Amino acid sequence: MLRLIGARLMTTIPSVIGVIIVTFLLTRVLPGDTAAYFAGPAASPEAIAQIRSKLGLDLPLPVQFVSYVKALVQGDLGQSLTTGQPVTADLAQRLPASAELTLAGLLLAMAVALPLGVLAAVKQGSWIDHLCRVVATAGVSLPVFFTGLLLVYVFYFLLGWSPAPLGRLDVFASEPARVTGLYLVDSLLARDGETFRAALAQLILPAVTLAIFSLAPITRMTRASMLAVLGADFVRTARASGLSGGKVIGTYAFRNAMLPVVTTLGMVFSFLLGANVLVEKVFAWPGVGSYAVEALIASDYAPIQGFVLTMAILYVVLNLMIDLLYGVIDPRVRLEG
Amino acid sequence: MITRRTALAAGLAAPFIARGKAQAQAPSRKETLLLVQEYGPNSLDMQGIGASQPVNGVALNCYDRLLRFKPVPIPGGGGHQVAMGELEGELAESFQLASDGMSATFKLRDAKFHSGRPVTARDVKWSLDRAVSIGGFATTQMKAGSLEKPEQFVAVDDKTFRIDFLRKDKLTLPNLAVTIPFVFDAELAIKNSGGDEWAKEYLKNNVAGSGAYRVESWKPGVETIYVRNDDWACGKLPQLRRVIARDIASPSTRRALMERGDADVSYGLPPKDFKDLLDGGKINVVGVPIPNGVWGVYLNTQVGPFKDVRLRQAVAFVMPYEKILQASLFGRGVDMSGGPATPKVAWPQPFTYRTDVAKAKALVDAAGGGFSTTLYFDAGNATVAEPMAVLMKEALAQIGITVEINKVPGANFRTEIAKKTNPMVINRFAGWLDYPDYYLFWTMHGNNSIFNIAAYQNPELDKLVDQARFTSDKAIYEQSVIDFVKLVDREVPMVPIAQPTHDVALQKTIGGYQFQPCREPDFRYLTKA
Repeated sequence: MLRLIGARLMTTIPSVIGVIIVTFLLTRVLPGDTAAYFAGPAASPEAIAQIRSKLGLDLPLPVQFVSYVKALVQGDLGQSLTTGQPVTADLAQRLPASAELTLAGLLLAMAVALPLGVLAAVKQGSWIDHLCRVVATAGVSLPVFFTGLLLVYVFYFLLGWSPAPLGRLDVFASEPARVTGLYLVDSLLARDGETFRAALAQLILPAVTLAIFSLAPITRMTRASMLAVLGADFVRTARASGLSGGKVIGTYAFRNAMLPVVTTLGMVFSFLLGANVLVEKVFAWPGVGSYAVEALIASDYAPIQGFVLTMAILYVVLNLMIDLLYGVIDPRVRLEG
Repeated sequence: MITRRTALAAGLAAPFIARGKAQAQAPSRKETLLLVQEYGPNSLDMQGIGASQPVNGVALNCYDRLLRFKPVPIPGGGGHQVAMGELEGELAESFQLASDGMSATFKLRDAKFHSGRPVTARDVKWSLDRAVSIGGFATTQMKAGSLEKPEQFVAVDDKTFRIDFLRKDKLTLPNLAVTIPFVFDAELAIKNSGGDEWAKEYLKNNVAGSGAYRVESWKPGVETIYVRNDDWACGKLPQLRRVIARDIASPSTRRALMERGDADVSYGLPPKDFKDLLDGGKINVVGVPIPNGVWGVYLNTQVGPFKDVRLRQAVAFVMPYEKILQASLFGRGVDMSGGPATPKVAWPQPFTYRTDVAKAKALVDAAGGGFSTTLYFDAGNATVAEPMAVLMKEALAQIGITVEINKVPGANFRTEIAKKTNPMVINRFAGWLDYPDYYLFWTMHGNNSIFNIAAYQNPELDKLVDQARFTSDKAIYEQSVIDFVKLVDREVPMVPIAQPTHDVALQKTIGGYQFQPCREPDFRYLTKA
């Protein structure tokens, strides 16, 4: 098994190297002048030149690339100009925030989408199938910032049920001792119920927003995959053998329908992690998405490179995990190195 | 143990519990101010290279300067703004100009740094030396007041400090009150500098000052927490013990927080939100026309169609000034059209043009008829600039000028305007020091700074601007200002559209609003009832 994982990881090395080169070049071809931007108002050409040389942007590209790779090998992703901090520190701070939000959103979505998809497939053409269709269409057609703002408007502004959308914690709550960076987990580890509740209260609305958006692909995929499996010979055989409906659907059909669903979940997760910029903006959530976008607007190279690289690595790891999970779900799937 | 059921129950109950807690902490909330802003500081050192706009707030509240601008009431009420020409001592207990007008001597107060060390003239010297030597914006800003070399700064003894002037420049003293020449605890900074001459890395992440507030915690991109320095010696002890500044990117969220009463102060909402809040009446909105600030459209005088002055005048005649003010600034500004033939000694001020399509059409016809061109603006300003650009496009179409709008993202915008080849650019420039000559020095003078977007070159104008900058004769000064305003009114390298208002939304319980030229919140004067 370990050998398999190792072999599998080896194959990802070329793609990671590719990602490093491509992001480096892409950020350099971006139009815009970092130095001029950070020189601030009333900057003289000399001031801009000084900043350019301080950032090393006046050096030829190959030299810049070599020093970037050298630093990267030592785990140094460079300095962000937008936050003024090392990119590694920023990402370490923000990735857990995004991960916590995305996981919560995804779990919520799964809790609704999987049963809904299964039921829609089993009772094809019934009202529940139509509901499934409506939910999926609505979820995917409502832009996230709209759902987010709508939820804020109703549950915070009108009803006052939800706490102020001020980020991960209320201004008067203090951060739990850092273990994983996920506030829910950390506050439980610290046995701090108050912080747990405060963090959870802040998390609900943004997580629901994300869940509404990710419902659609999961529901549709579950339904389609279940339909295919339910029409298969082994299900008919199981039914013919007199197994109960629950057993046929739960044990045999669902498990076999899981493969494409798990793939979709992986895709949705990695997509949401980096792409929920708008949710992060609406709820002042200090995640990686808005970090990367702000850096992009300012042509701030180091955070963009760091972000893309982290995402690439995460994607690789996630795919590996999904492949391993295939083997668990369906022993017929063999993982080849 | 957490079962699924208890977790769910906790989740459903959470909002109510959170609320109960907020009430229990009411006393601490009362002495704490919650400020919501679009983005926070990227450094704690305003002198450092690449410091962002909110860093001015850190400099203002956590550090002291030798001098500060004197607060004067805002004419419309709601708080105070500053009088540029009137200065009072901050770290300086008193100050005096030499009889030849070529130096100024400052007596320092018995103030202490946050570290407990007394503030000495050596600290002042180190800090000002740093400002003129560190490069980037700080050095440029110091130069604007003829503060250029370390030799100008002399620590006479522990409590006496002298600045020798290179030339008589009326901006020298006001420039000591802006957010650049603030005073560091030099010993602390040098001790932690790690060998760097100006302790750049240490001061970027740490405050080493004597100001009214200390930074208790700083999480870039999330929040900055300030606590009061109870030993502050340079003014009346502020009422607020603690200030939490949270970065909330979405203006809709900031507005919701204000309307629900959860946030105390919000900066930087779109003009429409300020107008709505003002009309709603539940929240105070204080607006100050930004001194030395104006939205204008710059017409390239060196390349492209607008080399012809008649076409520039045509643009000035066709602009729908009033419509722009209402539709893009929602009335939060001052119209810049229809001024008197003889200008006042002020900037910005209305030019003589008013919307007159027939006149504009005649000028275009005389210059050879219609053409197509491109109008640029910074995407970061899109809330205001986009509707402005659309209205301009519509108006210019009436006189045969077809305009293509080009919205440029922030980092590219500087590159674009540095090229000085764009025919039309909408931009807002605001100078810290409120003098007409200072504004024109940046935007229309032959030294061709990046903000001279029109690439305007006119020795006659340069002469008038330089004369106004360095004369100490009031009559000559006023005459030169009137002459150069007349000149740019005739030549219109830039068509002024509107002077924007700097708006702040405050809960009714918040008093003591103080506008500063750096346009960052000054916590030292704020009060909470």
